[in-house]
Amino acid sequence: MTQIMVLLGAVGLIGFIVWWFFGKHTTATTTAKVQNATQAAEVVVSGGYSPETVVLKQGVPAKLTFLRKDPSTCLDHVVFPDMGINDFLPQDQAHTIAIDTTKPGNYEFACGMNMFHGQLIIK
Amino acid sequence: MMSVRNRFIFALVFSLPLLVNMVGMPFGFMLPGGAWSQFGLTSAIMAVAAWPFLQSAWASFRHHHANMDTLVAIGTVTAYLYSVYALLTKRAVFFESAAFVITFILLGQYLETRMKASASSAVEKLVDLQAKDAEVIRHGQSVRIPLAEVQVGDVIRVRPGQKIAVDGEIIEGSSTVDESMVTGESMPVLKKTGDKVIGATMNSQGSFLFKASKVGDDTLLAQIVEMVKKAQTSHAPIQKTVDKIADIFVPVVLIAAIATFAIWYVFLGASAVTALLFAVSVVIIACPCALGIATPTALMVGTGRSAKLGILIKNGEVLEAANTVKTIVFDKTGTITEGQPKVTDIVGDAQAVLQNAASLEAASEHPLAAAVLAKAKAAKIAIEPVRDFQAVAGQGVTGQVKGQAAFIGNAKLLTTPLAPKLAQAMADLQQAAKTVVIVGVAGQAIGLIAIQDAPKASSATAMAALKQQGLRTVMLTGDNQRVAQAVADQVGIDEVIADVLPGDKAAAVAKLQQTAPVAFVGDGINDAPALTTADVGIAMGSGTDIAIESGGIVLVKNDLMDVVTALTLAKKTFNRIRLNLFWAFIYNTLGIPVAAGVFAALGLVLSPELAGLGMALSSLSVVASSLLLNTTKLGQRQKGLPVTQKAIA
Repeated sequence: MTQIMVLLGAVGLIGFIVWWFFGKHTTATTTAKVQNATQAAEVVVSGGYSPETVVLKQGVPAKLTFLRKDPSTCLDHVVFPDMGINDFLPQDQAHTIAIDTTKPGNYEFACGMNMFHGQLIIK
Repeated sequence: MMSVRNRFIFALVFSLPLLVNMVGMPFGFMLPGGAWSQFGLTSAIMAVAAWPFLQSAWASFRHHHANMDTLVAIGTVTAYLYSVYALLTKRAVFFESAAFVITFILLGQYLETRMKASASSAVEKLVDLQAKDAEVIRHGQSVRIPLAEVQVGDVIRVRPGQKIAVDGEIIEGSSTVDESMVTGESMPVLKKTGDKVIGATMNSQGSFLFKASKVGDDTLLAQIVEMVKKAQTSHAPIQKTVDKIADIFVPVVLIAAIATFAIWYVFLGASAVTALLFAVSVVIIACPCALGIATPTALMVGTGRSAKLGILIKNGEVLEAANTVKTIVFDKTGTITEGQPKVTDIVGDAQAVLQNAASLEAASEHPLAAAVLAKAKAAKIAIEPVRDFQAVAGQGVTGQVKGQAAFIGNAKLLTTPLAPKLAQAMADLQQAAKTVVIVGVAGQAIGLIAIQDAPKASSATAMAALKQQGLRTVMLTGDNQRVAQAVADQVGIDEVIADVLPGDKAAAVAKLQQTAPVAFVGDGINDAPALTTADVGIAMGSGTDIAIESGGIVLVKNDLMDVVTALTLAKKTFNRIRLNLFWAFIYNTLGIPVAAGVFAALGLVLSPELAGLGMALSSLSVVASSLLLNTTKLGQRQKGLPVTQKAIA
């Protein structure tokens, strides 16, 4: 009887993992606020990036502020491979990065180990 | 928040009694307080040293993500909670598993962050090369100002042993300059009035004044720093595959662990403790962090090292492409050759020939005139005034030198035909792809001057080295077939494509690409399309900004041997990435079945502590293997290295 319960529990748990990690879940998107000819957006780093997608206006100087709340060394750097940015994010301190918005396109950003991803859309 | 180092020390101190307990058990030694002391020590470790893992695991779980912290957290919490349950129900506990795993993983992370810091130090070292201030002459007075305030057009004084602040051109004085830190060239270079100097290089004995031409972000050093930064954060295409695997890896491991537990407990009749230990081992050994750092660390070390040698690799994509190149195409002028015509032979009375030629050419604007004048200057021959100077289109120039009608040009200026001996000499020189001009007085030839754009000293050696690597060498040029073939024979090039119009270079490269991936080496503005078209564009640094922008690899020095070094280094770095991925995968793929107890019948099992140690080792071996790239041999270039390395370190 215990055996059958354990087996059912195991199958249920596997099903949950598949649904939770591989199922479709909506990700948050934010559009930067434009103010006095500059735009700014904030990304909170805690077990990933929230929001995961940031939309910026082309041609308007942009400031992206990262606030890392996560203690993991996994997330202590943010890397924009296309822009040559590899910055250390001090924990619980806002770190602002100036983004060049001259060229439109989709730019990925990721943690130092490239396991967490976010996206920057310039249009 | 405690640093990784302090967390490691905390975990180590609290797990030492547990270790003593474990080792002492067979000899009848027990910690005072028994299982309850173990519970206390482990609880402290979980609350202090392991807490950040739990926090991060929970945060990423809420985002539908899983990372290495997820695995560490689930593995240790499972072991810990089960032991608490076992303690209360008076069964065997295994608190030490959770404590040791945390300690080992923190040790691994601590060493890893230290090594990662040393791998990424190349950029900081480059930035540190900058001078801090400069002595600028303003309003006739010299003032010391911070580097940031130096402007284009400022006149800057450089004293013996001082660093040159920014890029510019010498206007007074001369000296030898050590440029090794920027160009990788270990020999000091002589600089005199009119020569260009590079910011951050070191002046030796002399003293001079120079005019700043590039400051701030425009200096060569600033551009190198920018390029290295971009290259180090870029991803090699191979990384994309790895990312996809890493994304699904952690959930799959969790599923495997649950399956392991269920199979052992339900089907093989193992006790709950044994089944749980197997499951926990699976979770711990599978940490994919070695996978995540395999590519970036190798890329950092590889591009950092090449930058020290004056070879700038723009990104990981170029690195991977360089690995597949089979054909290497060279632009002729300025790449294989010096790019400046020089007088190679003088036939006849050298003194008279040169004096007449140089006197006439002094007033001419012909490109070959510069070569003749340079030769005359070197031979210390006085230039006579010329009267009745006349340039005859398609023939040459004529004028009165020392009262006699002299000329320099082709046979059309002769009134009497060329003597057989001279005609033979002219044919021989032309056969060797040299441009020959006739110098004459009163309608009669007195001698010949042969001019050629000679190959660089290192060209032949470079070609031989490339051939040794199994590459096909091709020369692409707008010159005619005969001239091109003669240069190709001198340096040992396999194939010549001559008479190519500047606009058709890219098309020629595209045609070669149909058979095998192609690298193109060039320096001119007209080379830019070909540099972009080729799988790997290698721009010579002495070239134009546009060429540098278009190239995937930029050579700061004007030396073809660097093409060989660049390709070797790219190959080594890419092979290192592959080796790293192999190491990262082998730990996981071999470790998981062992941890799951597949080989338990053979007596081969992996306890959670050993799994934790193995995981830490896998990350460490990957970072260490990347750092080894700093010391791999690069063939004959190695000799000049120590000087350069010292200058950087």
